[in-house]
Amino acid sequence: MNSLYKLLVQRLALGLLSLFAVAVIIFLAVGMLPGDVAEAMLGQAATPETVAALRAQLGLDVPALTRFGQWAWHLLHGDLGVSLANQRPIAELIASRLANTFSLAALAALVSVPVALLLGILAALYRNSWFDRLLNTSALSAVSFPEFFVAYILILVFAVKLNWLPSISNLAPGASFGEVLERSLLPVLTLSLVVVAQMMRMTRAALINLLASPYIEMARLKGISPARIIFRHALPNALAPIINVVALNLAYLVVGVVVVEVVFVYPGLGQLLVDSVAKRDIPVVQACSLIFAATYILLNTTADVLSIASNPRLMHPKG
Amino acid sequence: MSDNNNKITQAMHDSGLPRRDFLKFSATAAAVAGAFSLGLPMRGWAEETSPKAGGVLRMGLAGGSTTDSRDPGTWADTFTFVGFSAVYNTLSEIAVDGSAIPELAERWELSPDARIWTFILRKGVTFHNGKTLDANDVVASIQHHLGDKSTSAAKTVLGDVAQVRAEGNDTVVFELHSGNVDFAYVVADYHLAIMPAKDGVADWQSGVGTGGYRLKGFEPGVRMDLERRPDYWKAGRAHFASAELLAIADGAARVNALVTGQVDVINKVDLKTVALLKRNPNLAIEETKGAQHYTFPMLTDSTQFQDNNIRLALKHAINRETLLASVLYGYGQIGNDHPIQPGSRFINSSLEQRAYDPDKARFYLRQAGVDSLKVRLQASDAAYTGAVDASVLFKEQARQAGIDIDVVREPADGFFSNVWMKQPFTTSFFYSSLTADRMFSIGYAKGAAWNETHWDNTRFNELLNAARGEMNAPLRQEMYNEMQALCRDDGGAIVPLFASSVAARSRRVTHGGGTAPYGELDGLRLIERWWQA
Amino acid sequence: MSLFKQLLRAPLSAKFGLAVIVLYVLVALFAPVLAPYGETQVVGEGFAPWGSEFLLGTDNLGRDMFSRLVYGARNTLGIAFLTTVLAFALGGFCGLVAAIKGGWVDQGLSRVVDILMAIPQLIFALLILSVVGTTATSLVLVIALLDATRVFRLSRAVAMTVVVQDFVEAARLRGEGLWWLVSREVLPNAAAPLIAEFGLRFCFVFLFISALSFLGLGIQPPTADWGSMVRDNAVLITFGDISPLLPALAVALITVSVNFVVDWVLHASSGLKEC
Repeated sequence: MNSLYKLLVQRLALGLLSLFAVAVIIFLAVGMLPGDVAEAMLGQAATPETVAALRAQLGLDVPALTRFGQWAWHLLHGDLGVSLANQRPIAELIASRLANTFSLAALAALVSVPVALLLGILAALYRNSWFDRLLNTSALSAVSFPEFFVAYILILVFAVKLNWLPSISNLAPGASFGEVLERSLLPVLTLSLVVVAQMMRMTRAALINLLASPYIEMARLKGISPARIIFRHALPNALAPIINVVALNLAYLVVGVVVVEVVFVYPGLGQLLVDSVAKRDIPVVQACSLIFAATYILLNTTADVLSIASNPRLMHPKG
Repeated sequence: MSDNNNKITQAMHDSGLPRRDFLKFSATAAAVAGAFSLGLPMRGWAEETSPKAGGVLRMGLAGGSTTDSRDPGTWADTFTFVGFSAVYNTLSEIAVDGSAIPELAERWELSPDARIWTFILRKGVTFHNGKTLDANDVVASIQHHLGDKSTSAAKTVLGDVAQVRAEGNDTVVFELHSGNVDFAYVVADYHLAIMPAKDGVADWQSGVGTGGYRLKGFEPGVRMDLERRPDYWKAGRAHFASAELLAIADGAARVNALVTGQVDVINKVDLKTVALLKRNPNLAIEETKGAQHYTFPMLTDSTQFQDNNIRLALKHAINRETLLASVLYGYGQIGNDHPIQPGSRFINSSLEQRAYDPDKARFYLRQAGVDSLKVRLQASDAAYTGAVDASVLFKEQARQAGIDIDVVREPADGFFSNVWMKQPFTTSFFYSSLTADRMFSIGYAKGAAWNETHWDNTRFNELLNAARGEMNAPLRQEMYNEMQALCRDDGGAIVPLFASSVAARSRRVTHGGGTAPYGELDGLRLIERWWQA
Repeated sequence: MSLFKQLLRAPLSAKFGLAVIVLYVLVALFAPVLAPYGETQVVGEGFAPWGSEFLLGTDNLGRDMFSRLVYGARNTLGIAFLTTVLAFALGGFCGLVAAIKGGWVDQGLSRVVDILMAIPQLIFALLILSVVGTTATSLVLVIALLDATRVFRLSRAVAMTVVVQDFVEAARLRGEGLWWLVSREVLPNAAAPLIAEFGLRFCFVFLFISALSFLGLGIQPPTADWGSMVRDNAVLITFGDISPLLPALAVALITVSVNFVVDWVLHASSGLKEC
């Protein structure tokens, strides 16, 4: 247990280092983009005078390194800064969107993870039966359409034809929980369809991979029921890849949902990030990227620790 | 019924005939401000049949961004234009017929050389916070866009203004560098919203205006909530009790929201779907013709295009009808290589329409001393949806004339700062202007900020200056006619298309029948002009 | 010979999958022969109906839909295949090496991958493609790099469980080199999940390109590509129009087929005798 604790601390320290690296990379990448926030904001209407005036006003005439230093210094003091585009404090700008993004991801995870694991186990249990084939084919079909396509089909069925659910998930200020739930249902369904297939297939593959092992063979010969073999003997050893794929998909639910946000007009962080990249609003891009990166690193570390904890061989390495 | 009216108004525009009565009216309106005391000012507002009060107007609009701000100088797209047009008023308003009528100004007077403009403010107008409008508010609001430090989008529009000052409580005087008989149109620009002055500077932060709706909430890139003020000074306007604007960037999401009844009005309808939407009896399509035009600018000072014969060859090598059908699905009009839209009161209706003629194109190539031509066209959909498609079609058409166009797709990101006006041959667009002077001044005059072809035609520049101060309307029109011909036959821009703005509304909301023939969504003023059915 | 025998014994789904893959490959290879018109050639009026002249009608610019679909096979499959192979070569190899070598090699590679993965994929692609421009080459390289990080993680995780097995220990003690350990000891035992991943990754490339075209950065017109073709006409779905379904179905069919074959390989390699 002690080694696990040490690992955790080590991972978190590394995570902070990674965050810093991400901040540097994003800063450099946005800096390399053609044009800057002044040109992007003024667009076709830009004239050399207004661009120069805006640059001076936003402090863009300061060298990039200084700006990065100032930004990092403020961040260390808990200040995310203000948006270059509209001067709003970034903390205020992202607070509600962050909540939206996380609640959507949580709902989608709540639906998709249990379903995926259950279906994966069932598929492994009844492998090569018609049930397995049906499950497999429908999972593959669901995953083989682009997200926006799945979303439009769901909208066609549930919003346009049946009129059960709203086609857009705009949330009025002060909406009740029930309302939020109703409005989030279609995006949650879309996201679940997209992530279930991969998690399910990985669960099935990891389990089946182990079923050929001698120790499973032995268990089988001893006459243990197939269900018991899977749950007691195969599943614990298949946990590592399953946990990994679940963690990746959870991270995806937080950071990768721009397209679903756009289609359902859901005010999450992804849209903010894309808009800010287009406008070269570096502080906002930085803030969003860091939140995404932190989410990913946390999930990733959790997955690593869990998969080590689940494997006695990794817990107690020989030598 | 209402649609019939719409068709009639539209037909008048389609005929291409300038509407003489309106033309006369606006000419006198500009010259003799006293005419408004004869009860004329209400004409623009009183033509509604029987507007119903109450209800909520829900709009799903493209053109909202998380980077939007309350600062009028930064308003850059439909979402802020439409929303803030309901919160604020301007000195003048563009009426449904396209003429400038008084709004916060009660009337205006101008000096004989059209250089000094005096606006007398309407009395008893209050802001949402109870403050009474006075001349200082107007001066501060205008100055917000002026000065070296200004980054306002309206800075160029106000380029003429040498000085703006208050005279007493209700008079504002503009001194221009040179006469401009169209200045009443300039101050109607939505960027020039009148805000309350606080310590001598315009207070845009509070979102307080004189308009019919008070700003209840604004989450940039997401939504804006508006609430009717009970004491709006303008009679017969602002019927909805409240209005909701949702920023919906995805075209399909907008259409879905309208079809499923979550919003009442959407803009920028995906043209592919217009025919399908028309089949829905609960919906109506609102087409605003000539709202913008697409161009292929050729830099007239580049080695490749400095010979006008080359430019003329390319102008003859494009099939405008085909482009109209495939890029705009018919929702637009063909252009004649000048920027004045068909149906505008300034159009030169006797100017012959240029047609696709590969033989003529070859003739001009020979005039230029070449047999064939190879040019590179740097295209991007940043200019307009379908710009790359249009370029590909152009390439196919020009091949018939022995012209090989190499279409290079440029990234949309940064197109206008890095490619446009820097590379010899690109794709571009302009929002059409209400006045010929504005259009020519910003895009075709020598040295203009957006003279996208670097065109410098002495005769054209002389005419532009002369027309700006010319009080005699027919004489002025003659000048504009000649300028259009100059653009067509010597200018650097191919103007193949005028695109319509296509919006759609649910029949739950309605309007008097005639919507403004400029801008989108009833001249961006639907919130105060429409009502629930 | 034995491969042929195995093929004959393959389940129906795998045979179907293989047939579809072969068909797609043939279409991709012989696109210019099969397509009645050119990829970008304007051959008629826009939106011509299905008929003998234009099998599946024409698109909005008057280009033949059938020809665009056929050329789309070539562009889409080529790009997806190239990207996936690159991603697996890079990510798979590094992952295995990291697991076997352990220590600072593992630490170094894992941290680099962590950092790359911590940046949201779509945003990373958006940034890089905006800087270098959206060409087919840059798309392939960017997506391959991004996918390689995912493959790295999986192959490392899978290999880790293999590396701690006794037979790897034995090989190590025998003094086998890195290449031997990767190719003879670890890879065969880690292959199954990797092959399963290959199938899905291959298909995700189509989807990723679609998502990019949603943001305006996919394969650029006038090149025919299924991902962008779906995106272009997706709005019509709401009206029950089937034209966006064609390229989407083409993608779905190849996805399902590839994964049928993958499942079969997986099943065969797992050594499970039962059915």
